[in-house]
Amino acid sequence: MSKIVINIDGREVETQEGEYLLNAARANDIFIPAICYLTRCSPTLACRICLVEADGKQVYACNAKAKDGMNITTTTENIEKERRAIMEVYDVNHPLQCGVCDQSGECELQNYTLEMGVDSQHYTVKDVDRSSHDWGHLHYDPGLCIVCERCVTACKDMIGDNSLKTIARGADALDAEFKETMPKDAYAMWNKLNKSVIGLTNGTDVLDCTSCGECAAVCPVGALVDTQFMYKSNAWELRQVPATCGHCSAGCQISYDVKHTSIENPEDKIYRVMNEWNYVSLCGAGRYGYDYQNAGVTKDEVAFNAAVEAFKKADTIKFTSTITNEEAYLLQAMKEKFGFKLVNNEAKAFQTFLNDYSEVSGTKLYGSDLEKVHNSNFVVSIGSALKTDNPNARYALNNSMTVNKGAGLYFHPVKDPIIEGLGKSIMTVQHAPLQEEAALYLVLDLFADKEKLPSDIAEYLASFHSEKTITVTETIKEKVIEIVKEMKVNEETGEEEEVEVEKSKMVPKKVEKEVVVDDNKLLEILGADAKFMEALEKNLKKKDKFQLMVGADLYTHPNSKNLARLVAIVEKYTAFELTMIPPLTNSLGVALICELDDEATGYTLGYNTKADFTLSALGDGDLDMPAINQQEGTLTSINKRVNPTNAAIGYGGYELNDIANALGFDAEHVINYTVSLPTAAGFKAEEFDNLPNHYENDGTEVRGYVLENVAVKASDDESVEKFSDAKLEGSIIYLANPVRQFTDFTNKTTNLDEESGIYMSEEFLSNSDINAGDSVKVKTQNGELTAKVVSDNKIQGDIVVIPTFDSKLNSEALVENYRFATASIEKV
Amino acid sequence: MKMEAFNNRNVTEGDYYLVDIEDYPTDGWGKFKRVVKRSFRGELFVGLWVVLREMIRFDIHTIQYPQEKMPIGPRYRAIHEMKRLWESDTERCIGCGLCEKICISDCIRMDTRIDEESRKEVSEYTINLGRCIFCGYCAEVCPELAITHGGNYENASDQREHFVDYEYMLTPLDTMKANAQKEFEGFGAITPHEDERVKKTPLSY
Repeated sequence: MSKIVINIDGREVETQEGEYLLNAARANDIFIPAICYLTRCSPTLACRICLVEADGKQVYACNAKAKDGMNITTTTENIEKERRAIMEVYDVNHPLQCGVCDQSGECELQNYTLEMGVDSQHYTVKDVDRSSHDWGHLHYDPGLCIVCERCVTACKDMIGDNSLKTIARGADALDAEFKETMPKDAYAMWNKLNKSVIGLTNGTDVLDCTSCGECAAVCPVGALVDTQFMYKSNAWELRQVPATCGHCSAGCQISYDVKHTSIENPEDKIYRVMNEWNYVSLCGAGRYGYDYQNAGVTKDEVAFNAAVEAFKKADTIKFTSTITNEEAYLLQAMKEKFGFKLVNNEAKAFQTFLNDYSEVSGTKLYGSDLEKVHNSNFVVSIGSALKTDNPNARYALNNSMTVNKGAGLYFHPVKDPIIEGLGKSIMTVQHAPLQEEAALYLVLDLFADKEKLPSDIAEYLASFHSEKTITVTETIKEKVIEIVKEMKVNEETGEEEEVEVEKSKMVPKKVEKEVVVDDNKLLEILGADAKFMEALEKNLKKKDKFQLMVGADLYTHPNSKNLARLVAIVEKYTAFELTMIPPLTNSLGVALICELDDEATGYTLGYNTKADFTLSALGDGDLDMPAINQQEGTLTSINKRVNPTNAAIGYGGYELNDIANALGFDAEHVINYTVSLPTAAGFKAEEFDNLPNHYENDGTEVRGYVLENVAVKASDDESVEKFSDAKLEGSIIYLANPVRQFTDFTNKTTNLDEESGIYMSEEFLSNSDINAGDSVKVKTQNGELTAKVVSDNKIQGDIVVIPTFDSKLNSEALVENYRFATASIEKV
Repeated sequence: MKMEAFNNRNVTEGDYYLVDIEDYPTDGWGKFKRVVKRSFRGELFVGLWVVLREMIRFDIHTIQYPQEKMPIGPRYRAIHEMKRLWESDTERCIGCGLCEKICISDCIRMDTRIDEESRKEVSEYTINLGRCIFCGYCAEVCPELAITHGGNYENASDQREHFVDYEYMLTPLDTMKANAQKEFEGFGAITPHEDERVKKTPLSY
């Protein structure tokens, strides 16, 4: 794409060729009214208010593309008439309940009605019954709805659930007189508006989706509201605390909306979580899982002294990655000072994988990020249960498919109806667990330039190919000449007589043909269906931006070293750019900052995990710690960004910094360490207070800073091992969480009420004698657990999913390291 | 978003500042000078003269409060009242929160919730009369003519809560039964000839 210059209202504006006019104007702080358009989604053309004049012609700014030298006028007399009429139409039959509406002034209908100076109404139509619906976690009031379809667009183009659609309103037709008298676009918009309201695609009156609440966030009016927020507070009473979500590695920018709890209780409480929905989309955990603070903690000096003593005699500190970079730095500093062992299994696996990857790639970090996935048009995901490991990665995949007409390839043993439901151009391959290497080899085979590939890999790949002859039935059209008798008038005699005429016609005919085709054994090994190559060929048309996402299945794989090397080779020899999905919130930060050890020995201290002495932000340990929404600090996200987060809620107890100070460190606040994060790992020596946390009008992310991808010494050895045929068979369990759950912190929140248990697909339950609610015992080589069966319609197939968000379940004890294991499952 | 507010970590520091006050005298001589200065200013005798003059005139305008009370104007702004709807006797307040927002001494607070009929309901409402300056903004901004000022200016009670309790502020039901609720005529009330000034919205019914 090339830079061009267009002229908006006499101002020279630089933009990209093919950029929408609306985005070009917004990026340069030029105001064009628009209601239905969502940045990063495809234009809906529902509101038509973004009318502008481009080179003398009226166009919609949201879907007209910029051309070099274009002249744009944002208002003319006619456009102003249209806009005013549009706003008048939106106000027709709109209830005057602004006083109690939950949008409470953040209403685009109100804003534009005033902006267009609507002070009287000229249009009218009889209203129909539009009573409100309770859709579960959302409340929909069609009476307030202006059918801009932003919710539908967000759900389809960004989230990928496709849960909403427009349905018939059943209203009277508009008065014919309006067609003559009204501005043209306003009438067309009204005509469409008058025919529709928003409904659910599943045909019921209860939402069954991944419950992200993004539709309610994008709603310009108060039609779609989170049920838990209904009539709780006016928006203007809430104080926004800019922060970073602490649940997964996506590191989404959020703002905690905070106010006093009630008249009696002046303590701050988080009422809701908001986001810059034009540039970042949240998942259900981010949006509704906000009240995980460690509340009511006071300074318990006895426990504190015990903790200091425990630190003095500890040999090992065990922790999880739900901590900030600064705390990770403190732990590392303590290790250097006191010689502790630092144990964090999930971060250790990720760290090892990163190091193995660096050996081949020569860079400390992977090359790509989710932003690039959004802008790509062919995405491959291997080794991650995308929808639950990192919902934003799923949004990026879906967004690339819907908006860039892209396609996707999803390798994972667990059949996932949500991923399959993203669209027609997603291809899923359910390979057997342990076969992730084969998937990476297939990517190499399909996309690598064989000439450049190291010869042994090329040869190895070639060994999977063979020629085979198959019989194909083809339908061809054949020319058939037949003799037909016709009655004709003899010109001489004038009589009718029979004449024989030759006629040719094309007749379809089925022919069996023997063709020699390439037989790729890898496809068979992975269990791809017969039409795979055909479908792939179709999906690969016009694709030029390739992205690969890999996840935690690879880091925990017994052959993770080989996988890491393979991933690096894919990045090197194919057009794919690579993103790794860190397993937990700050696994990337921890992996870069801490030197981690394998085994815990001796007296063990636990931070957010059970040990001989436990520090816990969950409130169940020996000493309380602040949760991430009560702390300042930085978190390292999947996008290799160091994002600052602020404390939304007060905390009265001790924190890790206090213990460190008691042990001889000296820092007033833990954020004093932000500046000393290791620059060798790519961090910058930047003060916490200088870190910004916002988005610009053109969508530029101005948050913290991006890690420098430090070059490391690469070995010339590019050899990779062949993959073994070992695979898990029989009844298999997989460690993954249900939608909206990540850790004990999400489990603690009041709004995320997913039941802990053993998740089985509906299909699996109907084929077995187990019912939802039964108690079953799951036994593997490593351990066993007994829990209740939960029926989950967000998974399919035979693999049983066991969550990790409930530490009481202790599901990690079931597996060695790898997230899959064979298990015996029996009813008790 | 501006981050300055989050970068100040000194929680004890508010928007308070010290006022410049003349130093108190510390020694005996200084104290004596202050007593003399305060006691023997001419103002004392001005006041005494007014009292003496009015006493000998026998033309007294003083009202014998509390036996006697002046009538007060309908727009007088004394302790708040919460009005009820004429039609149903239910409270007029819809919980929009505008009074809470506009209150310049920040003395109004309300808690709202969703009720059984999916309507917004005010679960609690308080006015801190210790802070209220009776400016009348709340009554003016109220879209439902729910919160108004009443005529009760006698703010003495053994319980401060007596004036700020939502139940107490609401018009008593027997007043409603007797049709005796008085509409407030001060700022925020409907002005005469309002109907003639409203543009009518066309309706298809």
